[in-house]
Amino acid sequence: MTDIILVVVEQREGKLNRVSWETITAGQAIAAQTGWTLEAAVVGSGVGTIAGEVAAKKVAKVYDIESAKLEPYTPDAFSHALKEFLTKHPAKVVLMPHTYQVRDFVPKLATSLHTTAVSDVIGCKYDGGKLLFTRQMFQGKFVADVSFAGAGPCFVTFQNGSFRADKVEAGASAAPVETVNVDVPDGVVRNKPQEVFKEAKQAVDLTQAEIIVSVGRGIKEQKNIELAKQLADALGGEIAASRPICDNGWLPMDRQIGSSGQTVAPKLYLALGISGAIQHIVGMKGAKSIVAINKDSEAPIFEIADYAVVGNLFDIVPPLIEEVKKAKG
Amino acid sequence: MKILVCMKQVPQKDAPLKLNEAGTWIREDVSYEVNEPDAFALEEALRQKEKHTGEVVVLTAGPARAQQVLREALAKGADRAIHLEDAAFVGLDAYNTARAIAAAIKDEKFDLIFTGLQSDDYGYAQTGVILAQIQGWPHATIIMQIEKNEGGIRVKRELEAGFFQFVDMPLPAVLTIQSGINKLRYATLIGIKQAKTKPLRKVTMTEVQAAVGGNLQKIEKLYVPQKSKNTEFLEGPPAEVAKKLVEKLKNEVRVL
Repeated sequence: MTDIILVVVEQREGKLNRVSWETITAGQAIAAQTGWTLEAAVVGSGVGTIAGEVAAKKVAKVYDIESAKLEPYTPDAFSHALKEFLTKHPAKVVLMPHTYQVRDFVPKLATSLHTTAVSDVIGCKYDGGKLLFTRQMFQGKFVADVSFAGAGPCFVTFQNGSFRADKVEAGASAAPVETVNVDVPDGVVRNKPQEVFKEAKQAVDLTQAEIIVSVGRGIKEQKNIELAKQLADALGGEIAASRPICDNGWLPMDRQIGSSGQTVAPKLYLALGISGAIQHIVGMKGAKSIVAINKDSEAPIFEIADYAVVGNLFDIVPPLIEEVKKAKG
Repeated sequence: MKILVCMKQVPQKDAPLKLNEAGTWIREDVSYEVNEPDAFALEEALRQKEKHTGEVVVLTAGPARAQQVLREALAKGADRAIHLEDAAFVGLDAYNTARAIAAAIKDEKFDLIFTGLQSDDYGYAQTGVILAQIQGWPHATIIMQIEKNEGGIRVKRELEAGFFQFVDMPLPAVLTIQSGINKLRYATLIGIKQAKTKPLRKVTMTEVQAAVGGNLQKIEKLYVPQKSKNTEFLEGPPAEVAKKLVEKLKNEVRVL
């Protein structure tokens, strides 16, 4: 029997989450390195169309894991269904995107199978017959190569943007789709989820901004936000922030960039006093140019910056505003 | 309500971290603080107790230095503390940490267990959910609000990109708490004084050893990330740096 790599794509309310293509790309890369067989699965109720969509990619097989109890999503039902499936269809590694939904059920699923999940992975290596997964630690200041022990399967969740969705290989012909009906007995699902909603209509759509000036903890006090606003105005850009700033109420929540806020890819992202925690980076690393001003020379934001200034933002921003105004005439 | 809050001591946010000689962990001679989401978890537990009465118990796993986190929590109003005290706890993976915690609280009867949604050091975001599975309890993650209702609780889960969802669930349950769910309080002088007399139960590794197995994940190597970008560092006095940066914005980034 060959070893199986299983990618579980993510669907929410019957729609494929596009980040799943990144996970398929990761699976294809691991399959190419190891020679193992890549299969995919979708979990839900009436999600056959998604299975068909995935079957067009270069995968050996797609499973459509079905139960009426899988809609709406609950950690109990998803965990139960995948445990049942994996018991009958053992896999060596199971790959998923590191989304809030996956974070909600994978640790439970892995524990129910007495195995583990390597979470928030950004890369992998196949070294002397051993798979190593690279993940960030200490808020991105270090990375670790992590190996897996035990009988498996090893669950791996990938950070958004670690593999490219547009590199996913199409299959020569459509892969076979097998529908697997799972039984989720009454009593398994304990949580009763209500409708998904948005707090308020977002006033600003930062995804459309060409220039974003973003502030982090380094701004120190609420009154200093004004300085960043002046820079944003001079540049003709929008003001944004990392999570702690919005948690403090210094800027409204709809100005937040990162995993729990907006994901942006402007022409210029100017980060003031932002250290660059993973949760922030995933929301802005697609920017075409990143300028970082931070007093800590080891801040992880500098890893992804195109232009870096190590120094006190309160010294640098005032002359910067003047120079920008001059340049604009 | 009887609530357990699992807290962790992590290196301070701007502490300069250095690798140990083996390149498998950091050098431990840094300053530590409480993991930020755990502080919010504690605050939420104290608020729930103020609303519904009950007891707040705080727990941590780590060497002697980690006791500081418990003392601070007691000073803020927690009733008692449990310290799984051993340097070896730092090296456990999430599964084993949860198993050790479960073993340490086996004689307790909590209605709720709170953890922060993830730690700033490992960043697993798993221990709370694993603990729920071990206890056989339901769980919900990334929680921004908790209300008691007839059948148990109604919680507000944060989803991605500004979405939320209310979930009704029975008790007992495990919740992982998001930063910003509330406003943190400071310890009062009288609180700090009282903390010294509050009960703190120590649990040794030996006591929970039977519940813990071999780690299923191992850090083979810890290192500074390789730069994927050619970062250009602009240096000089502020006025000069400002000029240089504007040149770049004009000629290379082309936004001016």
